[in-house]
Amino acid sequence: MEVSTMMSSTVQNLMNVTFDWLNSTLDAPSVRAVVFGFNIRGHLFIEVFLLVVILFLLSQKSYKPPKRPLTNKEIDELCDEWVPEPLIPSLNKEFHYEPPAIESSAEPHTIVNGKEVVNFTSANYLGLLGHKKLLEACTASLDKYGVGSCGPRGFYGTIDVHLDCEARIAKFLGTPESILYSYGLSTMFSAIPAFSKKGDIIVADEGVHWGIQNGLYLSRSTVVYFKHNDINSLRQTLEKIATQNKRLKKLRRYIVIEALYQNSGQIAPLDEIIKLKEKYRFRILLDESNSIGVLGSSGRGLTEHYGVPIEKIDLVTADMGRALATEGGFCTGNTRVIDHQRLSSSGYVFSASLPPYLATAAISAFDILEKDPKLIKKLKNNISVLWKGLSGISGLTIASNQESPIVYLKLKKSTGSTQEDLRLLESIAEIALREDSVFVVTSKRSTLDKCRLPVGIRLHVSAGHSESDLRKASESLKRVAKQVLGGS
Amino acid sequence: MCPYTFKDCFGRPISSAPDAWFDVVERYSNDNNKTLKRSTKVSRCLNLGSYNYLGFAAADEYCTPRVIETLKKYSPSTCSTRVDGGTTALHNELEKFVASFVRKPAAIVFGMGYVTNSAILPVLMGKGCLIISDSLNHNSIVNGARGSGAVIRVFQHNIPSHLEEVLREQIADGQPRTHRPWKKIIVIVEGIYSMEGELCKLPEIIAVCKKYKAYTYLDEAHSIGAVGKTGRGVCELLGVDTADVDIMMGTFTKSFGSCGGYIAGSEEVIKYLKYTCPAHLYGTSISPPAAQQIISSIRVILGEDGSNRGAQKLAKIRENSNFFRSELQKMGFEVLGDNDSPVMPIMLYNPAKIPAFSRECLKHNVAVVTVAFPATPLLLARARICISASHSREDLMKALQVISKVGDLVGIKYFPAEPLKQYQDGKAVKYD
Repeated sequence: MEVSTMMSSTVQNLMNVTFDWLNSTLDAPSVRAVVFGFNIRGHLFIEVFLLVVILFLLSQKSYKPPKRPLTNKEIDELCDEWVPEPLIPSLNKEFHYEPPAIESSAEPHTIVNGKEVVNFTSANYLGLLGHKKLLEACTASLDKYGVGSCGPRGFYGTIDVHLDCEARIAKFLGTPESILYSYGLSTMFSAIPAFSKKGDIIVADEGVHWGIQNGLYLSRSTVVYFKHNDINSLRQTLEKIATQNKRLKKLRRYIVIEALYQNSGQIAPLDEIIKLKEKYRFRILLDESNSIGVLGSSGRGLTEHYGVPIEKIDLVTADMGRALATEGGFCTGNTRVIDHQRLSSSGYVFSASLPPYLATAAISAFDILEKDPKLIKKLKNNISVLWKGLSGISGLTIASNQESPIVYLKLKKSTGSTQEDLRLLESIAEIALREDSVFVVTSKRSTLDKCRLPVGIRLHVSAGHSESDLRKASESLKRVAKQVLGGS
Repeated sequence: MCPYTFKDCFGRPISSAPDAWFDVVERYSNDNNKTLKRSTKVSRCLNLGSYNYLGFAAADEYCTPRVIETLKKYSPSTCSTRVDGGTTALHNELEKFVASFVRKPAAIVFGMGYVTNSAILPVLMGKGCLIISDSLNHNSIVNGARGSGAVIRVFQHNIPSHLEEVLREQIADGQPRTHRPWKKIIVIVEGIYSMEGELCKLPEIIAVCKKYKAYTYLDEAHSIGAVGKTGRGVCELLGVDTADVDIMMGTFTKSFGSCGGYIAGSEEVIKYLKYTCPAHLYGTSISPPAAQQIISSIRVILGEDGSNRGAQKLAKIRENSNFFRSELQKMGFEVLGDNDSPVMPIMLYNPAKIPAFSRECLKHNVAVVTVAFPATPLLLARARICISASHSREDLMKALQVISKVGDLVGIKYFPAEPLKQYQDGKAVKYD
């Protein structure tokens, strides 16, 4: 114990002596220096020296390997070596298919290859093509305005018939205002990006057509698809989004559906969707291309069909190239929504306006429809006759809704590959045209289309078809299907 | 942007055909231009705004009877897509005709020009491809390029040397981040740029693209039918062989007085597009009367209707454009664009001058188009004049008088005017 205390005290003494010696040597040169009231002590020199060393190290650049940009010769070599792919992939024999050309108007009876056929390919649901009043109005319009409008809507392309047509559409559907587009396909893909931007959430049906898909892609929003026409899937999707997303209140949220799906003929259950929309506070964008003039007792579309007031739908768009027997599209809703599109919808601002005779045709179509609502009853009757005729067809089932004018026949048992299915269905359509003079088509998909619903044969029923036409079609298809797919 | 103060300068409705003279409907507003209501009064104005280059906008003596006949035979619409029974014999004839007019092996026609660009580019280009487009390309091309998913790079407007620089850099670098080589590169230019009135430097750009193995896409929306000796567009005017341009696109709205767009290229490309392009598979086919208008107007241009009205129209528009442009420049206005181009923007620069210029001209019964942000940069506002073959020499003189007067009032004669033309026919001719 004593030894340890003695050792520790010796060590302490030694240390004290060293420190004193250090202090005195360092103090010696500056023992009398006083700067700014501070005594300059020895330790300051060490501290200053350390500071200088630290600053020097910090100012050194970190080591980077030297950059060597490519020389011109190297770039030339790379450019010479690079071989582009051909502009298009090589074509196999499917690409050489040409659809049959019709030689007269696309009415229920038309001429293909010199023969008269029953036409189920044209979406002329109310049979207005070839109507005398329509043709008279168009002829007068052509004489007065010529064919084209020669300018976009902002630069003297707005003709008074456009404004009349917009007012007529708004009056017919009961909305404050509407806007005309010059092409049906561009309506949806210009309207959606005008409202939904990057970061917003859109819930869309997986079976929507390409125009809507393109609009969703161009809007750069987050898109979530739900199962085709399945209200439970929609409910689950909305629930998931509501729980997952804490910032939900700050984002814009939309549901995009079609009233009558182009790709399957199903009708959207609007009353239930409205309930979900109100619960989760989303906005609805509804595409009524195939339901204007078809659904509802006076042809006002899906909202009339379900008895929902149209104010609950935030935006209704439609392609006029179906029941209304003209071309172009329109969008309708409340005033602020429509006015916004006049400045920011690219398909409206940067494109020439609708040719005036087509706007006149639309106005006449509405006039005829309002005066003669029997056309809708006749259409509904025709649909049910065709349904009865086509049920029990061998190898094919009807995939569309019972009230839809698009009757969609798909294979009962798919072969597994879409190409094979399409080949079988095309041979059915071709034989039906050649032997029985019944003109039907298969649904064709573009390589860009994301829709994965099954392909099928599509028949468009029109109010202009007679019962004998429908009977002829059902018998022909029954016979040909049995022939191609084997009887059952 | 909320231009309520000069909302009345845009979207003026008309109530007659957009010919050389037309009826502009007067509008009034009760709430400071927030809503404009139509009145029943119309004023007959000289039309310097519509795209009516060859004067086919109004009823034409050769075209309109044939159009009405087609209307009675085929109805205003086919109500179905081209692949579904919307192809009539007329559509096939139209495509062959357009292909032979443009001097390409085959063509495909769509119902709308905007959709043509937006739906073709996604089919041809995809991920891993590069699109190099001119910085002032039209919105439809920009939309189509965005929709394709390819990488987009821009080169300075109409400068082939910068295009070459961009190409070299991009080919050497490869795709961003992975540096894999590009699958294909396409360069998109327009024939006449609608906001500048300039012609594209096509021969140099084609030479650059050939050297670096890039594909070319030419958008002739404003130039087809309006320039060139026989109206065949910039390729004819600048002496470029059409086989060197891979894809030629155009619209029928401007020179042919109809609607719709076309793509012309080799047979394989057109067959491929007919099989895959969404606008062909899902969009309604072009309205048959509009198709007939295109066929008839091309016949008139080529002289196949038995008269030489086509050649007269082409000569007239060239003469009119050159005369108007030189007179405006003599008066001291700053006019953009090349010779022979029927589009001439007059620079206003200051956006506050837009409503003044537009309203004053309308008071004197001249209807002009003024363009502001966002179609042009904010401080480069301009008034764009579109000359037509149906303007007569008196119409142009009246327009020059009015524009000169309004130009003095508004203060846009930025260059010194040439001295007065003295002693023509023994009298001094004064324009202002």
